[in-house]
Amino acid sequence: MTQPAPAGIVRPKGLRHRLMRILLFAVLGTFCLYYLLPLFIMMATSLKSLDEIRTGTLVSLPRQITFDAWLKAWGSACVGVRCDGLKPYMWNSVLMVVPAVAISTALGAVNGYALTKWRFPGANTIFALMLFGAFIPFQVVLLPMARTLGVLGLAGSVTGLILVHTVYGLAFTTLFFRNFFMGVSDGIVQAAKIDGAGFFGIFSQIVLPMALPAIVVTVIWQFTQIWNDFLFGVAFTVGDSNPVTVALNNVVNTSTGVKEYNVDMAAAIIAGLPTLLVYVLAGKYFVRGLAAGAVKG
Amino acid sequence: MSQAAKRGLAARRILERQLPKIVVSPLFAASLFFVYGFIAWTVYISFTRSGVLPSYTLDGLSQYIRLWATPRWQVALSNLFIFCTLFITLCTVIGVLLAILLDQRIRIEGVIRTVYLYPMALSFIVTGTAWKWILNPGLGIERLMHSLGFANFHFDWLVNPQMAIYTVVIAGVWQSSGYVMALFLAGLRSVDDEIIKAAAIDGAGPLRTYASVVLPIMRPVFLSSFIILAHLAIKSFDLVVALTGGGPGYATDMPATFMYSFAFQRSELGTAAASAVMMLATILAVIVPYLYSELRGASK
Repeated sequence: MTQPAPAGIVRPKGLRHRLMRILLFAVLGTFCLYYLLPLFIMMATSLKSLDEIRTGTLVSLPRQITFDAWLKAWGSACVGVRCDGLKPYMWNSVLMVVPAVAISTALGAVNGYALTKWRFPGANTIFALMLFGAFIPFQVVLLPMARTLGVLGLAGSVTGLILVHTVYGLAFTTLFFRNFFMGVSDGIVQAAKIDGAGFFGIFSQIVLPMALPAIVVTVIWQFTQIWNDFLFGVAFTVGDSNPVTVALNNVVNTSTGVKEYNVDMAAAIIAGLPTLLVYVLAGKYFVRGLAAGAVKG
Repeated sequence: MSQAAKRGLAARRILERQLPKIVVSPLFAASLFFVYGFIAWTVYISFTRSGVLPSYTLDGLSQYIRLWATPRWQVALSNLFIFCTLFITLCTVIGVLLAILLDQRIRIEGVIRTVYLYPMALSFIVTGTAWKWILNPGLGIERLMHSLGFANFHFDWLVNPQMAIYTVVIAGVWQSSGYVMALFLAGLRSVDDEIIKAAAIDGAGPLRTYASVVLPIMRPVFLSSFIILAHLAIKSFDLVVALTGGGPGYATDMPATFMYSFAFQRSELGTAAASAVMMLATILAVIVPYLYSELRGASK
């Protein structure tokens, strides 16, 4: 990989400058191809028939576009022994992600608000201790969690997954809201306190309306994390209650009969579509979430 | 005002003052139980002879001795080392390069940035599935190169025990390098223009300016992207499962897949717990010095 001299700081005029710009765009364009090619290959493969896959190459366009693979991936591909496609598992993921995101975001908002605007002795220690949960490798809680879910009668259920994602999402949501509220002036809250407004009154009347950007960032972050989760899904659910990521992996690894690459690719796109859509529609907030996840404390 | 009403008001005030604590306590308790309690349980089990069922009789370090004597664990560790080194290096190099190139006042920067970053929105399972097909030994990239005229091109990394771990690196870098780019681009935007102008006046060329002025300022960004990438690498589980399933054999096993396999497939709870504790210790070794310096820096 050759690195062209960056041309932005000092801008020499003339031929040399033009050459630099051309080189710059060539490199940037090459990387665009690098990132887009897998998506293109997935798309192209999913629209081909198996015969065409066997005779063509990865990047050849489908000569005859067929949606059979998509229909099969959605409605009749076999996940283990059950052949209903990804549809029921998409539904599982939706049933899991909506409550888990809503609950963990709401709790994180109240928690972040209480820890910043109603500082009490020990608030910082409590925050630091809770933040630790965002860093642990989840392998270290898998075994006791499996037993706890068993005791609660939630083993292998979507409800159990909601609990797991809420509990372990709390560290992140608290972090996001705490960071946001740290930047909000205490003066407004103090004034409201003097006017006699209470804890929840100030929260719902004043703080929450201001926190809209933080809510959007948190919801997007949690949605992406929980939708894309595989570890908890594969460890705590069985068969019918699998989220879509686990089902996708099972579709790909179901080793009965002919390997249907087009169905695999269609299934992968279907499973990735919700988070991809969120990214395209709200990319700005998605990036902000990534940055907030990076700059801790 | 009557005595009772006064007392009621006082009680309400006390309640109101305690409300923040009342709200925080159950959440804190949940965190104590589900994070610290669970970690304690796993650590405890790692010092027992637990097999299919947990046993609570302490047995010293026997599980750790068994763990380190297991060849599969050694493979997992050396894979983690290879993966960590290459994944972090390549993501950082590509991320820094793209951030610098994108910082050259490019009109369609928004579009390009969106393209570079979209893999981050995908699940590692989706990424793994896609790359499993692209790297397919017969029909994938090998066929493509043949059709381009490279008849002798041979590519079987996915099923080659020596090379399979590198396919995990390829897919991992594809997914995460855009993230590093975004971090560095944000960092570059916050560098004071005056410093750059001063360097230009001193006669430093663009390359020198970046190498000796701008990048050193970005030290915190290097540090936080290192932490994030190391964290991702140590926890990597989904990508391996989707791409190679840990195979061929256990050639691409990593600590996370090792732990899962011993916990849920082979039901050797003690060994699984010991491997999980090793993972936690590795992450702590990376995170704690970082958090310590961050918190100390913040309180100054």
